[in-house]
Amino acid sequence: MTSESTHPVIELAGLAVQFGSRPILKGLDATLKGRAIGLLGPNGAGKTTLLHTLLGFHPPSAGTARIFGRDIQTEAREIRSLMGYMPENDSFIAGMSGVRFVRMMAELSGLPPKPALERAHEALFYVGLGEARYRPVGTYSLGMKQLAKLAQALAHGPRVLFLDEPTNGLDPPARERMLELIRDIRDLGEVHIVLSSHLLRDVEECCEEVLVLKEGRVAVYADLAEERRANRRFLEIETQGAADGDDAWFAEAVERLGCELAVTGRQRLKLVLPDGIEVRDLYRVAAERQVQIRRLDFKRDSLEDIFLQAMETGHGSV
Amino acid sequence: MAVYEQTYRRYTGEITPQRTRFLILLRYAFQEVLASRLVLVLLIVGGLGVLTTAVLIYLHHNFTALTAIDLPIDRLVPIDNVFFEFFLRVESSLCFFLALVIGPGLIAPDVRNNALPLYFSRPFSRTEYVLGKIGVLLSLLSALTWVPGLLLFLLQAGLEPAWLGPHLGLAWALFAASVEWIVVLSLLTLAISAWVKWKPVARIVLLAVFFVMAGWGLAINAALDTRWGGLVSLGKLNDTVRASLFNRAQPNDLPAWAAWIALAAACLLFLSMLRRKLRAYEVVR
Repeated sequence: MTSESTHPVIELAGLAVQFGSRPILKGLDATLKGRAIGLLGPNGAGKTTLLHTLLGFHPPSAGTARIFGRDIQTEAREIRSLMGYMPENDSFIAGMSGVRFVRMMAELSGLPPKPALERAHEALFYVGLGEARYRPVGTYSLGMKQLAKLAQALAHGPRVLFLDEPTNGLDPPARERMLELIRDIRDLGEVHIVLSSHLLRDVEECCEEVLVLKEGRVAVYADLAEERRANRRFLEIETQGAADGDDAWFAEAVERLGCELAVTGRQRLKLVLPDGIEVRDLYRVAAERQVQIRRLDFKRDSLEDIFLQAMETGHGSV
Repeated sequence: MAVYEQTYRRYTGEITPQRTRFLILLRYAFQEVLASRLVLVLLIVGGLGVLTTAVLIYLHHNFTALTAIDLPIDRLVPIDNVFFEFFLRVESSLCFFLALVIGPGLIAPDVRNNALPLYFSRPFSRTEYVLGKIGVLLSLLSALTWVPGLLLFLLQAGLEPAWLGPHLGLAWALFAASVEWIVVLSLLTLAISAWVKWKPVARIVLLAVFFVMAGWGLAINAALDTRWGGLVSLGKLNDTVRASLFNRAQPNDLPAWAAWIALAAACLLFLSMLRRKLRAYEVVR
């Protein structure tokens, strides 16, 4: 069993980073295990600094962090050999064609020249730059440069992929294409993704776990996969058609199913489904009582709700 | 995998050894540098200098050829320390122009296009990066100086074995003076390339470092009636070191020890400039 499968992807233990006397990260603690991890926060929250610290660009002033159980300070080289990094800003080598650029980056990650060339072609085709791979990277459009950055991060076959604001500056179709690629990489299950973004939708669409940062601290940790599962049990119902116009006895019938219940208005209920009870049971009870269920919503605690709560209250921890 | 199977897969093949990883950067830099016609022209000119010197050495030992071209041997320059120092001075000047053409393009484009994070997010250190980049200069400048210099020395020794004993120190002088110049020139051009993002501007700065500083050194000497002004001129320092190694030091020259110390200090300064600038990201404190 490899250390990648036995250890969490990222462990932060009191991680602090200072630039001069200015504290940027203030004692972060977290254990992140998901296939796709989101780093979320407003501008200046410390997301990019956290990524850079994990990459070994900034030394921690206190605490430490581990990636797949390896310490970022003492085993930086081993960690980097497991990583692919897509920086936030334009990053390329002028005058090089796409395929030469990606090949060189793969070679610097340790691949011999021939496999590096093969994988450079594959990576560029995979991200959709196959036709443009012999053009100099400097002539690419912004969206193509983003894709080239993704290709160089993937070509050497990393175990964990750090994506810093991957949809920055992309138009809607290019953004959708980028998110589609990220989801595809996630679903293939070969690589863990750490996605840093200030865009809630990007994180919500791609990630299973989210670490929300605020002013250099962990504001909140959310297991989105778990939240989604939990949200499936919360329902809001609007009914119509009880013979006597009073649906209290429908509510009683639902309560007898074992649901926790709150009447929020006339013919409006909020309820929590217990294990073993499904939505179709509600429809059955309604049919027996000749009540129409006119509206049924899963109460969805969206990432936006979580984020906004975190921004208002948040100095939480995992 | 065929390219039409557009999917991602892990790499499970062999990995290259870490200690030779800097050679990858060297290889790519070489391919780029040798694609320049100007570089090729300078290398050819340097090669012609070597060829001319070899012909002169050969003529010294071939009376048939001398007779054929009707040239008396006493009109040929003797093969001694002056001969080899002159050869090295000519080749060193070419080295300067070669460094002027190649050097600024080594790091500046990486800094300008923000490529350093891509290098340093890999198992690849700053030292390896510098080794990969400086390797181009070290090898091309070596190919113009001490490598042909020692070959010419061996040619002369082969044609006249009795000459070798009294002139053995010339081999060391050729090597040491070349390496000193190559190292100073390479570190300086790399440091400028790291700090100045635009190649033409980097070239102007490199010229300024040599010619403006040399003028400044002369001005100091004239104004203060001293010889120590030469300490600010890299060209003068190099001339002093080379002259001392070839036993041609003049009484009004700087002391060789002072020139060595000043050159060592300059190299440390260039290294610290590289260290300061070669980071994945600059931190605003």
